[in-house]
Amino acid sequence: MVVSVTLDDLTQQVGEWLRGLGEHADIAISSRIRLARDLEGIPFPHRASKPQRAQVRARAAEAVQASRFLKGSLVLEMKALPEVDRQLLLERHLVSRELISGLNEKAVVISDREIISIMINEEDHLRLQVLQSGFNLQEAWVLLSQVNGELEKMLKYAFLPEWGYLTACPTNVGTGMRASCMLHLPCLVMTKQINRVLHAITRLGLTARGFYGEGTEATGNFFQLSNQVTLGVSEEDTLDNLERLIRQVVEQEEHARKALLAQSKDALEDRIWRAYGTLKSAHLITSNETVDLLSLVRLGVDLNMIPGVERGMVNRLFIQTQPAHLQRMEGRPLTPAERDSRRARLLRESL
Amino acid sequence: MTCDLCSKNEATVHLTEVVNKETRELHLCESCAREKGAEAVEQFGAVSPAGEQLTGGLAELLAGLTDLGIKLPGGATVQSIACPSCGLTYEDFKKSGRLGCGACYEAFRKVLAPLLKRIHGSTEYPGRVPPQAQEAAEPKPDLPRIKEQLKAAVAAESFEEAAKLRDKIRGMESKPRKKEKSGG
Repeated sequence: MVVSVTLDDLTQQVGEWLRGLGEHADIAISSRIRLARDLEGIPFPHRASKPQRAQVRARAAEAVQASRFLKGSLVLEMKALPEVDRQLLLERHLVSRELISGLNEKAVVISDREIISIMINEEDHLRLQVLQSGFNLQEAWVLLSQVNGELEKMLKYAFLPEWGYLTACPTNVGTGMRASCMLHLPCLVMTKQINRVLHAITRLGLTARGFYGEGTEATGNFFQLSNQVTLGVSEEDTLDNLERLIRQVVEQEEHARKALLAQSKDALEDRIWRAYGTLKSAHLITSNETVDLLSLVRLGVDLNMIPGVERGMVNRLFIQTQPAHLQRMEGRPLTPAERDSRRARLLRESL
Repeated sequence: MTCDLCSKNEATVHLTEVVNKETRELHLCESCAREKGAEAVEQFGAVSPAGEQLTGGLAELLAGLTDLGIKLPGGATVQSIACPSCGLTYEDFKKSGRLGCGACYEAFRKVLAPLLKRIHGSTEYPGRVPPQAQEAAEPKPDLPRIKEQLKAAVAAESFEEAAKLRDKIRGMESKPRKKEKSGG
């Protein structure tokens, strides 16, 4: 039996990556790996004609239909979606800004539970992604590698033995792989060690970006660490290297948490409970203030300071309090002021 | 640390990139990151429309390409190269930082080899190989090996796979091997 998900189902459910489970889920929010792939013999999307892009979309859709892993997936054509729904997909980390701007023949395939997604006609013909909760790169790779292997039997990709998979941008050529973990590092930020840590890991071949870099609200406490190069290193070695370094960053955050608890527990508890109090009682709240305060509440949950609040719930609120989600929830467009009010109500009712 | 843009507020958004072991950083306060963020990031380094920071200030690397002293046979210059398949010129590539199609990698090989080396620190590819490319690398189907694979597939109850292998064996046994079509 094939069960198809709809966009409405999607807004009712929670993406797997927000569950707050998995190894080190207190600090590592999610793990993501994406592969850039282009079909042989067709120009890359930015040089392709409309019929060529349509051909890419049709061939990708056909392969998706025949895939065991992607049966029953939601296939959404960007052109057919209202603005608010495209924004919603962006807020859920299922599409990029590039995919929702200039909509010709762009589409996204989203698997059940939002673990696998494929962007079609983004910078490359295909961008395959697996997104899971916690520190889970190995499992994500096993799945992505299977999905890729299956599609690869049906689609012939541009490839050169000496340079690997050929992509629109030379920074992705080779494995076409970008693997990353989203880390929540509030105590490294509070203890002002974050710059030292980021400095060290970038010297070891990783790139650090904020949650903001992904196109969401700015906050100092979220950092996405990813591999930088795609040539000279195999997929497995890239992941091993990334894992090893992320493990060290996670340990550093754990140390910082312990040190803060030992040295200034009262001050930390005060900050966390004030944040909780504001979220629990505010009647108007902006998206930025929400992210900052939720970050503190999440820390409080991780440190077992706030009984009765689940980590998964806090994760969910980060996404559900964003503009498109609020408007989808309300079923109509909301002005920024109305959103601040609706957001505050959601937070009061949820926490 | 104060914000690199307004020099007033505490910087809480940090962008970092590494080019050849040299680290460059940009530190912004939240309000500058919000208001001027996109613009600042663009100045700081090339940013793909997907919001990803391009590795190693690609724009800068591209700008330096003419100085690489690449010599082409017949005294041609890199400026005169165009991809025979999609028509992308060297100028187009320098402007956008993107290749036009897979065949561009052959057409611009001389330019790309040093560029890839600078971006990735290597031009070796030890990663996975798609099945079509594997077949091209080892063109002779080996009958005993495929029969072994069939046995294994049946034992594992992968009947779909087994059926494919069976057809392959039949095809190989019923007629002498024809010259394979070149993949295109």
